Amino acid sequence: MSREVIRVDNIGMRFNLMEKKVDNLKEFLIKLVKNQIRYQEFWALKNISFTVNKGDRVGILGLNGAGKSTLLKIIAGVLKASEGEITVRGKIAPLLELGAGFDPQYTGAENIYLYGAMLGYPKEFISEKFNEIVEFSEIGDFINVPVKNYSSGMKARLGFSIATIVEPDILILDEVLSVGDAKFKKKSEKRILDMFDKGITVLFVSHSTEQVRRICSRAIILDKGSLIADGPVDEICKLYEEKYIDEIIVKKLKKKKKKKKKSIADTKSAQVNEPASDETGEDTVLGGEASGAAKEDI
Amino acid sequence: MEITLDRVLKNFKKYRYLLFELTKKNIKLKYRRSYLGILWTLLEPILTTFVLTVVFINIRGKKDHAFPVYILTGRLLYSFFSQATKQAMKSIRSNSSMIKKVYVPKYIYPVSDVLSNFIIFLISTVVLFGAMIVFKVQPTKYILYSIIPLLQLLVLSLGMGLILATLAVFFRDMEYLWGVALMLIMYTAAIFYDAGIVSDEWKWIFNANPIFHIILNFRNCVYGHPLDMNALLISSGYSIISLVAGIVLFYKKQDKFILNI
Repeated sequence: MSREVIRVDNIGMRFNLMEKKVDNLKEFLIKLVKNQIRYQEFWALKNISFTVNKGDRVGILGLNGAGKSTLLKIIAGVLKASEGEITVRGKIAPLLELGAGFDPQYTGAENIYLYGAMLGYPKEFISEKFNEIVEFSEIGDFINVPVKNYSSGMKARLGFSIATIVEPDILILDEVLSVGDAKFKKKSEKRILDMFDKGITVLFVSHSTEQVRRICSRAIILDKGSLIADGPVDEICKLYEEKYIDEIIVKKLKKKKKKKKKSIADTKSAQVNEPASDETGEDTVLGGEASGAAKEDI
Repeated sequence: MEITLDRVLKNFKKYRYLLFELTKKNIKLKYRRSYLGILWTLLEPILTTFVLTVVFINIRGKKDHAFPVYILTGRLLYSFFSQATKQAMKSIRSNSSMIKKVYVPKYIYPVSDVLSNFIIFLISTVVLFGAMIVFKVQPTKYILYSIIPLLQLLVLSLGMGLILATLAVFFRDMEYLWGVALMLIMYTAAIFYDAGIVSDEWKWIFNANPIFHIILNFRNCVYGHPLDMNALLISSGYSIISLVAGIVLFYKKQDKFILNI
């Protein structure tokens, strides 16, 4: 069972950040003549190496901007790494932003063929599975209506049904799926859990150590583009919680306290509010993490 | 990972159904919202030819009883070229949401745009056959040779489409620049006037026009003349060079697309 399916070998991803974004020819030529084209190098990932065996369920933990999504995109083949090599054996199904590939003017039925083709399925296969997809998505008669008239839930349901109709070798999940209503959520979770039972390889990105613990068997931590830990899920999650989550809260609290000392010096009445504001301080920290996660998903 | 021909072909085989689906989608959606639907493919050249005939009949028309056929041949080829290249130029940007999420060979997008326009163009040649009957231009065996300039035009459009698609990712103003270039190409392609009226010292303009010689040879085929070998050579040069340049440029830059869209 320990066949190697993903091998990431010394991957580095460099972005050239232009100090001022030049996206038209006129400006480019002017700057070229004036010799003002300057790039700032930014390494989103640096020296990342690891291997994933068949059946591994790997959680990727890290703060915002740690390079998690970049790493997933490189593995999915959407981005090309600036250096290093990556080998992937088997079919990858990226469950990221379901339904993003739909054409709004096309009907649901037409989009099944289009999206299926994008995922690389042959026509005969899609025709064969067509009814199954429609049934699972619970779209019903709306299948012949242009997708622009669908609700977001319907779009996500259809996208999920198409993307998971074939059993992939490697499943990429960015945050846990919350597709449609409670009933469909249960159904889609069951489908994914069934895949788990069959020994599928999973890459799962999340901020929540709780979710990672539930789903994964192994975890890695990325920090500012470097791989800093790799091991069994419990160990790594504990490390992550200690190292990052606690640290942030402690840091922010310290800041708050400093501010408070200042304000106490200014006004005496601030002292009365201290316990209350302390609590809100912690709240905003957690809230900040969550909204950050939502942003990165977009 | 080396790009080998074997791998490229294998990948193409895997995604050729997607190419077919995208081409179909472009054609289907182009006319879905209009009442006359695909009939527009035929009506549009008829109407523009009518307008051009009325406007330019004094320049050439009096001695040419089949002036509308002359205009139509040039007009059909030019409008395919301009539509195909314009659409291909925007293809990477307009499919950016897909490109960011799922791996698909990126050339599929501009190529499908050119192909769908080529099919629409082939449908619209029905109008040309109609005009040939109405204006009594007898087709000869040379009409079969017309496939040669048409293939050249397809290759040229693919090449230009790839070049423009790449440039447009990095420079947004390409769209406007190409619009101006297309206008120049239209006026210097002898679509609605006779190339003979231009004096010798300005003849180089025709050589600088990538589609002039293709239109010239296509007209030869329609009017029952043999292909002009000199023109054939020049247009082959344009087609092949643009395709090679397009492929090289596209492959060199395609990994950077995602960072700019």
